[in-house]
Amino acid sequence: FVCCISFWILFSQGKAPAYHLILEGILILWIIRLIFSKTYKLQERSDLTPKEKEELIEEWQPEPLVPPVSKDHPALNYNIVSGPPTHKIVVNGKECINFASFNFLGLLDNEKVKSAAQASLKKYGVGTCGPRGFYGTFDVHLELEDRLAKFMRTEEAIIYSYGFATIASAIPAYSKRGDIVFVDEAACFAIQKGLQASRSNIKLFKHNDMTDLERLLKEQETEDQKNPRKARVTRRFIVVEGLYMNTGDICPLPELIKLKYKYKVRIFLEESLSFGVLGEHGRGITEHFGINIDDIDLISANMENSLASIGGFCCGRSFIIDHQRLSGQGYCFSASLPPLLAAAAIEALNIMEDNPDIFQTLRAKCKRIHRALQGISGLRVVGESFSPALHLRLEDSYGSRENDVKLLKRIVDYCVNRGIALTQARYLEKEEKCLPSPSIRVVVTVEQTEQELDKAASLIKEAAESVLN
Amino acid sequence: MSQRQDKEYSLAGEGYVISCQPGSLLVETKIKRHPWKHQVLLRLRKLFKKKNGVTNGTLYKKTFIEHFEQAPMYVAVLTFVGFGVGTIFGYLRDFMRAWGLEKRNVAQEREQQKDFVPLYQDFENFYTRNLYMRIRDNWNRPICSVPGPQFDLMERVTDDYNWTFRFTGRTIKNVINMGSYNYLGFAETDPNALKTVTKELQKYGTGICSTRQEMGTLDKHVELENLVAKFLGVEDAMVFGMGFATNSMNIPALVGKGCLILSDELNHTSLVLGARLSGATIRIFKHNNMQSLEKLLRDAIIYGQPRSRRAWRKIIILVEGIYSMEGSIVQLPEIVSLKKKYKAYLYLDEAHSIGAVGATGRGVVEYFGMNPDDVDVLMGTFTKSFGAAGGYIAGKKGLVDFLRTHSHSAVYATSMCPPVAEQIIRAMKCLMGLDGTTQGLQRVRQLGKNTRYFRRRLHEMGFIIYGNDDSPVVPLLLYMPGKIGAFARRMLEKNIGVVVVGFPATPITESRARFCVSAAHTREMLDTVLNALDELGDFLQLKYSRYSKSSHPELYEENRFEFED
Repeated sequence: FVCCISFWILFSQGKAPAYHLILEGILILWIIRLIFSKTYKLQERSDLTPKEKEELIEEWQPEPLVPPVSKDHPALNYNIVSGPPTHKIVVNGKECINFASFNFLGLLDNEKVKSAAQASLKKYGVGTCGPRGFYGTFDVHLELEDRLAKFMRTEEAIIYSYGFATIASAIPAYSKRGDIVFVDEAACFAIQKGLQASRSNIKLFKHNDMTDLERLLKEQETEDQKNPRKARVTRRFIVVEGLYMNTGDICPLPELIKLKYKYKVRIFLEESLSFGVLGEHGRGITEHFGINIDDIDLISANMENSLASIGGFCCGRSFIIDHQRLSGQGYCFSASLPPLLAAAAIEALNIMEDNPDIFQTLRAKCKRIHRALQGISGLRVVGESFSPALHLRLEDSYGSRENDVKLLKRIVDYCVNRGIALTQARYLEKEEKCLPSPSIRVVVTVEQTEQELDKAASLIKEAAESVLN
Repeated sequence: MSQRQDKEYSLAGEGYVISCQPGSLLVETKIKRHPWKHQVLLRLRKLFKKKNGVTNGTLYKKTFIEHFEQAPMYVAVLTFVGFGVGTIFGYLRDFMRAWGLEKRNVAQEREQQKDFVPLYQDFENFYTRNLYMRIRDNWNRPICSVPGPQFDLMERVTDDYNWTFRFTGRTIKNVINMGSYNYLGFAETDPNALKTVTKELQKYGTGICSTRQEMGTLDKHVELENLVAKFLGVEDAMVFGMGFATNSMNIPALVGKGCLILSDELNHTSLVLGARLSGATIRIFKHNNMQSLEKLLRDAIIYGQPRSRRAWRKIIILVEGIYSMEGSIVQLPEIVSLKKKYKAYLYLDEAHSIGAVGATGRGVVEYFGMNPDDVDVLMGTFTKSFGAAGGYIAGKKGLVDFLRTHSHSAVYATSMCPPVAEQIIRAMKCLMGLDGTTQGLQRVRQLGKNTRYFRRRLHEMGFIIYGNDDSPVVPLLLYMPGKIGAFARRMLEKNIGVVVVGFPATPITESRARFCVSAAHTREMLDTVLNALDELGDFLQLKYSRYSKSSHPELYEENRFEFED
């Protein structure tokens, strides 16, 4: 531009009048000014002065650490149980029959279990004072792992000191960033946390919908063909539950096995509800369907339901399970299970092995109450007829979740006041991936007599009629 | 922060001693023994709390001495050489295994699934297969008695270089236990002491079979929670069934997206996991380094969130009371003053410190003579000092109420087993003197005495040990990977059970042995251990320290530090 103008000036000088020259002079000066003037600043420099920084620090007001909780929040007024939560339970001072605790096999106050725990207490004291690696491995732990492996007919078992931490630690031990996990959308919270900790790609399929799962697997297959190099190192897993904690449904395992070999995906199975319940010997869903247990890559379950102890375990082939001994965070970095709880679990396994009829009895009772609860107007029974934990949901919502919860609470209170202890299934509403509808959970145990089952069913019916109509 | 300060701060990473005094004080001294490399920084910091420009006393009410002596250069070189040799042999053996020249002992994938994507990357387990496997016999040693001051080990042997173990059926009796976190000796089987636990076990059984929010809140839990709150001097407390899960399942309830977590670089995995699950932004500050923390705090408030530039919703500082691998104690007075200055919140994990420090065993808060209200979230575990299992979170009523409603653990995890709760209650009552004796107090004092004696003697012998003089966690530096196995095996031959740790639990050049002193250790037991260490220290050449009692008595004679302001 400057060159152009100068050229034009020189060119025009020959025949220009004086005023023209002056004008051009001004023009030249202006150009020079343009050239030498400071470049135009796009932005003010953003460095803050120390004073401004202090002001910013002074001004900043954080949110309170926790928001206030209203006094009538349902969770703040939870039930207080006096004494042991066994078949007969004292809830808020009222004696009831327990239809709320997952004590399926009634082992919670079994004298044999107690005396085994007692003997262990005498020998080992209470705590282990260390993780498994640092003198926290006791002979009882090894025995329990051995017994669990034998019971489940797998190569190896590994125990954790907390049920929740079991599957939540097992998933991230194998599935890492970039791996793909196909998971049922009704999966329980422990699975959700395990998946979150693994930072893998999560693909949710509709609850128990194998066509939807296959659609996702096919999509992935096409994706893999585009990038075979990546596909060769992307591990993939299906995570399902045997009996779903949130719905009481059974997972269609035979179809899953077919999909597993078709699409080369490993299966992780959470059996907290089905272990010690399904199958002729209580080995869970694999026994129920007559499936070779080696077809499942990893089975995890807690020992807090059927076994009425604390903790959890994973079992499967050594090739898989052994990896957790260095990679399962809840295993390596947590104190091990108190020996008395391991001893109680071993004794509970003994009882299960000695009384295989117990599972048949439990199933008969489940079916009885399942049948008796049908046809209550306003309430819908969700879950398999042989599931020891089934859900009662409202047929139609009463406007909002809050209203529904309140109505269900009134039904629960009605029953508790008349001698049947029930509870609603609780969820963290904001944390759940797919929040289940509010429900009352009815838990069946072998200790409940037929009269008690019938009484519970008729009482629930009565409560529903008085509350919902 | 000035350039000069920056420099000192980087020196601090190499080897230093931190020491603070009651009353007035403070100096920063460098002891340069070998001016070019082997310098040791002796740090005595002057810390004043200023209010309206008036000095009104120091932050520290007591002596605070921490050692992090750096080893000579040749040690680091030899350590790397050691790892190098191990790695080369590892590759060689992997090669031989691949060609079938050496037997593969590791479990194999089943035939039907050979065409699946491999479950493990080959390099993932290289370290385990080739280095850890050689010294694997020093971990997971099974015991068959109470983990008291002495325990019985199940003897096991290996016929295939640690790939598998075989039990001989014999037990190694009365091994001195320097590994369990039994600080106050509450891991015991005295029937008299366990009377109430036995009773509760008979009454309640072991299980709960429900969660806190459903049908799992027992009267026992209410009793325990009230006692914990009283013990700690706070408004309310909540207990959980597992210590690890107390962190990993509650931090996500407290912070979330748009919040900032400032975490010490040496925080325990459970804190790291909890922070990660919360979805908040995590920034790491150098271990116990207040300049690093302050810089992060200032920057966070001034610059806000990255990209969106919004202000942070809240900032929470995660620290531990005693760090389990370093034996250092958190510099709580400084952290509290920083947190107040910058309006951040403080989450203090007292897993190792509750019961273990403080005049009456109330943890680091008491150790520094501070007010429990200064810490927003007091967390701790019952696994260690109380010889039980589980953890707690304590603080203001609003906080605990919030956790009762929003903690992942309260909604989804089985509540604490009643006999375990009773063990905590009895231990805590003993500490508080509610059992009508002074036994609890005696235990705390005995632990303090044992700790100082053990640490002093190790210093005298010329070992490099890390951490605070009052911390019952005593790491003794071994440095070289080869010495890990040799040390632990030879100690076991002398009937002493020790914990050894190496990479990845520690930095690669700082493999160490860790002792946990207990109130239940008698002077004879400690002397046996110390004599064995003295002998082994000469044999394995572990006495790396360039101080000894004669040349630097001030390191353990506390009186020498009383400077005038």
